[in-house]
Amino acid sequence: MNEQKVIEVNGLVKKFGSFVANDNLTFDVHKGEIFGFLGANGAGKTTAIRILCGLSRPTSGRVIVAGIDAAHRPEEIKKRIGYMSQRFSLYEDLTVSENIELYGGIYGMRMKEIRSRTPELLSRLSFTAYADTLIRSLPLGLRQKLAFAVAVFHGPGIVFLDEPTSGVDPVTRRRFWEMIYETAGNGITVFVTTHYMDEAEYCDRVTIMNEGRIVALDTPAALRQKYGTASVEELFVKITRPKQETE
Amino acid sequence: MKRFMAFVRKEFLHIFRDYRTLIILFGLPAAQILIFGYAVRTDLTNAPIAVLDNARDEVSSELILKLEASEFFTLTHNIKTYSEIDEIFKKGRTRAVIIFPEELGARLKREGNATVGIITDGSEPNTANLVAGYTTAILNEWSASLTAGTTQSMPLINTEVKMYFNPNLESQFMFVPGVITLILILVSALMTSVTIVREKEFGTMEVLLVSPLKPWQIITGKVAPYFFLSLVNVVIILIMAWVVFGLPVRGSVALLMAETMLYILLGLAIGIFVSASVQKMENAIFVSFLALMLPSLLLSGFIFPIENMPKGYDWVSLFLPPRWFVDIIRLIMIKGAGFSFVWKETVILAVMTVFFIFLSARKFKIRLGEGGR
Repeated sequence: MNEQKVIEVNGLVKKFGSFVANDNLTFDVHKGEIFGFLGANGAGKTTAIRILCGLSRPTSGRVIVAGIDAAHRPEEIKKRIGYMSQRFSLYEDLTVSENIELYGGIYGMRMKEIRSRTPELLSRLSFTAYADTLIRSLPLGLRQKLAFAVAVFHGPGIVFLDEPTSGVDPVTRRRFWEMIYETAGNGITVFVTTHYMDEAEYCDRVTIMNEGRIVALDTPAALRQKYGTASVEELFVKITRPKQETE
Repeated sequence: MKRFMAFVRKEFLHIFRDYRTLIILFGLPAAQILIFGYAVRTDLTNAPIAVLDNARDEVSSELILKLEASEFFTLTHNIKTYSEIDEIFKKGRTRAVIIFPEELGARLKREGNATVGIITDGSEPNTANLVAGYTTAILNEWSASLTAGTTQSMPLINTEVKMYFNPNLESQFMFVPGVITLILILVSALMTSVTIVREKEFGTMEVLLVSPLKPWQIITGKVAPYFFLSLVNVVIILIMAWVVFGLPVRGSVALLMAETMLYILLGLAIGIFVSASVQKMENAIFVSFLALMLPSLLLSGFIFPIENMPKGYDWVSLFLPPRWFVDIIRLIMIKGAGFSFVWKETVILAVMTVFFIFLSARKFKIRLGEGGR
């Protein structure tokens, strides 16, 4: 692969006091790639994602996101990325279009531009009928869909999805992944964390973290072959279990 | 700025879409003004009193007439013996028994002074204080009129300077500053702490932090609408006080509004501090209510005079912003005082404001900067 790198991480270390949350992480993410970030709770996923999003500084190591150094200009990173968290990122007491306007506005879009692009967004999501509906009265699946669409509305180069599908039924998850594919197809890099191992199979490449370290990084197929497992799930258990038992 | 305005706009939408917030914002002040104005009057009208007249002379009957004639009291019983006092209080309604000593008139002539006993119903301390005060005032007035124009000196109990501006001790005059103080603390501290904590609890704060909005923009964007609405609120309360109770602002309105802005700022700073310290909305409400509302209500001198507080409590009140602000508005509104009379209180509030802004800025830096889980 000879593609443009949108995320470059080299020797990233993050310590909280004496606790090492991220221990010497090194990886690259390419343009238009769907990059899966796996790991048990407390493996250091969230810490890494916070650094990549410019929310917290690395203790040492080099982190470049969208061409910006995360250690020095994290505020610049924020303008160039999209973000959707595991919890609801939409305001329940605002309508669909108000939420779109809010996020567009926060990300520096002009009201005119927002207003002119909203109908197109709504029709692509088949949401036109819901434009003035409060988020509160939308079913979970639709909210998730909208949250994702809003996260990429301002046209970021990368979108970070932090466990975007937790608590969603399988059918909705399936549809959600279709949206992810479509987005990646448009050249937007998707960085996604998940704890659904079946979703890992959908990613172009997968990173598995354990106790602050990257223990595996490759395409799902290559990883399965390397460890001789039938699925990423089996692989995950195989890699992370010995450590967990000693705890 | 564009980002900031989009954010502020959203905050207004939150407020105007939530009828509970609206009720607290605008319904509560109006309700409080009316309730305190009409129902919880702390002044006296026709309080039932009893008289035990041991003197039965000219002076005592004149004094009894005076008491009866005043709009504050209604003479309901004329008792004959001390043993009836106990019974009369137990029966309920009577607020006080006035006891005139034997040979009242003669003793006044002979010794130049005499003591009239006032026994009040201590189970309602506020009313008891008022009754005692009013009775004393009426008796003093009588003795003053007696000695007027003569060189003869009579033992006069000091007239209360406090009543000078409010001769009838009309309670609306006292409660309007109190209500403003209370409402502002409620709106600025409680509501902002709740609205910020709500973002944390719903997880939307995370999304905001990842956005290009800077943390200080998020915080100011969240509190700006409340600052504005608090000011509107104060104007509404002042107009109500003027229209409904005929209480004008005697001092400078500009000074009053400037002081109000300072106080709102302080409230917001406290609210932000609370929101930085707790994770859940219930806790924010609980903390604001327990640590702010109750002490403000009880210890600020709004309902119970600071002079009457037990030792220790008056010390606590020194640290309560409402105590100082109540003084400021009372001075400006009722006495028409200028800045030179309220600068000390103003400095105290300003110092408190800086202190809380500093504290919450530090707290937020720790939380947001390296927060993580």
